[in-house]
Amino acid sequence: MFSPSLFAAAAPAGLVSLGTVDYLVIGIYFIFVLGIGFYLKHFADTGEEFFLAGREMTAWIAGLAFISANLGALELLGWAGNTYEYGIMAAHWYWIGAIPAMIFLGLVMMPFYYISKTHSVPGYLLLRYGPAARTLSATTFAFMTVLMSGINMFSMAKVMQVVLGWDINFSIILSSITVCLYVALGGLLSAIFNEVLQFMLIWFGAALIPILGLIETGGWQGMVDRIKANVPAIHPENPNVDYTHMWRVMGNANDNAMGMHWTGIVFGLGAILAMGYWTTDFLVVQRVLTAKDLRAAKMAPIIGAAFKVFVPFIVILPGLLGLAVLPVHLVGENDPSMAHGGHSYNEVLPLMLARYCGPGLLGLGITALIAGFMSGMAGNVTAFSTVWTYDIYRPFNPNATDAHYVAMGRWCTVIGIIISVAAAYIVPMFPSIMTYVQALFSFFIAPLFGTVILGMLWKRATGYGGFLGLLAGVLSSIAMFVWYKTDTTHTALAYIALSPNASDMAENMYSALWSGLICFIVTIVVSLMTTPRPDSELVGLVRACTDIPPEGDYPLIHRPVFWAIIVGVICVIFNLIFW
Amino acid sequence: MKEHHVSIWFLIGLQLAIYGILITGAGIYGLIFPPPPEQLTVLSNLHAGIWWGAIMLVLGLFYTVKFRPK
Repeated sequence: MFSPSLFAAAAPAGLVSLGTVDYLVIGIYFIFVLGIGFYLKHFADTGEEFFLAGREMTAWIAGLAFISANLGALELLGWAGNTYEYGIMAAHWYWIGAIPAMIFLGLVMMPFYYISKTHSVPGYLLLRYGPAARTLSATTFAFMTVLMSGINMFSMAKVMQVVLGWDINFSIILSSITVCLYVALGGLLSAIFNEVLQFMLIWFGAALIPILGLIETGGWQGMVDRIKANVPAIHPENPNVDYTHMWRVMGNANDNAMGMHWTGIVFGLGAILAMGYWTTDFLVVQRVLTAKDLRAAKMAPIIGAAFKVFVPFIVILPGLLGLAVLPVHLVGENDPSMAHGGHSYNEVLPLMLARYCGPGLLGLGITALIAGFMSGMAGNVTAFSTVWTYDIYRPFNPNATDAHYVAMGRWCTVIGIIISVAAAYIVPMFPSIMTYVQALFSFFIAPLFGTVILGMLWKRATGYGGFLGLLAGVLSSIAMFVWYKTDTTHTALAYIALSPNASDMAENMYSALWSGLICFIVTIVVSLMTTPRPDSELVGLVRACTDIPPEGDYPLIHRPVFWAIIVGVICVIFNLIFW
Repeated sequence: MKEHHVSIWFLIGLQLAIYGILITGAGIYGLIFPPPPEQLTVLSNLHAGIWWGAIMLVLGLFYTVKFRPK
């Protein structure tokens, strides 16, 4: 089925050429993921098993699946490319963005998700605020998730076309059938098994690049010296910008390639956007809900954070090494040279793979990319089928049997994949749609964090407050985006991002900050004007009304807070080292 | 009551071990029969395939044995 000749037929020319052993490595990967799906079908009969993997995962498995669902190839390629474009500042998305948010999820928010026994984040909103907030959250999430899956699918096909010369249709069909089979058969359990497997492959496939890269440059200082020498030619618009420090270039928005002041990173990214993504995006939170007990549920995001804190060494470092050693100069996707065989920023990782990896290792690296794309797709599809079945379909058919909901979940997986395939073909016809869809997705992340965190920590928050706060946050975020996109004088940018020279990235950060604040303010004001629910109805949902069960008599070394402190300290040390 | 499924760590070990054999084997083949200079990768003199594949093989065998179905 996956013979070398089949791949070869679909591969006229690409950035790299694979040998027999490389195809063998890729073929074995597909055999494993499909085999896992068929094997686990027997273990996904009930709704609890299909949608939440039986809630029997250990902290390690839930934690690795939690991080793997995020560590898709878009993440790998995208952040390596962003590093080539903006420098080591891209590491902020890990060391001030992801890590504090993951620790916060584990220690503060997970008890309420877990104790409430909700199936989903919209499900928590139903319990806390009522059906209006749940419906708004569930419908937008389901719509955006399946579109994102399509974008993921198209991106994979595009990368495989550029890197290997594979036909786009071939890649879409191959990936969609594989993901559809293993998720529809084994449900979330199968997706989680494959995500943990994919996590290992991603590390082994990508970790060799920074090792060999640093050997080639003679270590960190050698790499920094080369980057300083190369930057004026690679980025002539920023010839004197420091690409190898994270914080010391952020005192003024004009001193860094991103055009961002430190307040955008700390408050926009760290306090709102990253918190929103890591604590309320059901794509990742669903993995933690599979934990077998409360201690495992709290520990899983901490374990994820312990690995996430080192991910910059396989994502950010290759981007920096690309600046130092690649003989070709990469450009943005819209650069005119792309029409004449130029290479985009997003190709930095495949180019580094091709630079260092011989037969076998190259197949492993490509397998890591494929694994990353498929885990991203599977994550979207499993989250979609759960939210659709429990939060959109069940309110209309509340008395169906458990078997009926499982069947609905399996069909949703198939339908979700079909819509994803359609999106994969339609979205690229309108290049700006990809930008708008990703922007739409982020419209809901920042306000949703305000809604959920106020619901968990402030018992005075009411149903009206939660719904209207969420709606106001979303609408204000959309309004800022429209203003920014239609404004030709850079006035909007100067107001929203505090600098007329800010990049798209900076605009996103500040937009998240303002929409998050609007959500907070509206939720608080409306809640104070409306009648709160009695405390007895908020048990298990709000901190002040809930006795969190003790974790048990475990030694310090097995406690989530202990490991949260360790990971937090490591994160601070990395920030200081690369200041 | 349902039987328990095999450990995910066993499957990971199995896959790493298989990949370790393939990659180490490809590395040793490249050492004995070097490709033409134009096909050599940067730092190919370090024979990364051999030691990286060996690391995967050892780790894979450890997990395969430790978490094998009983």
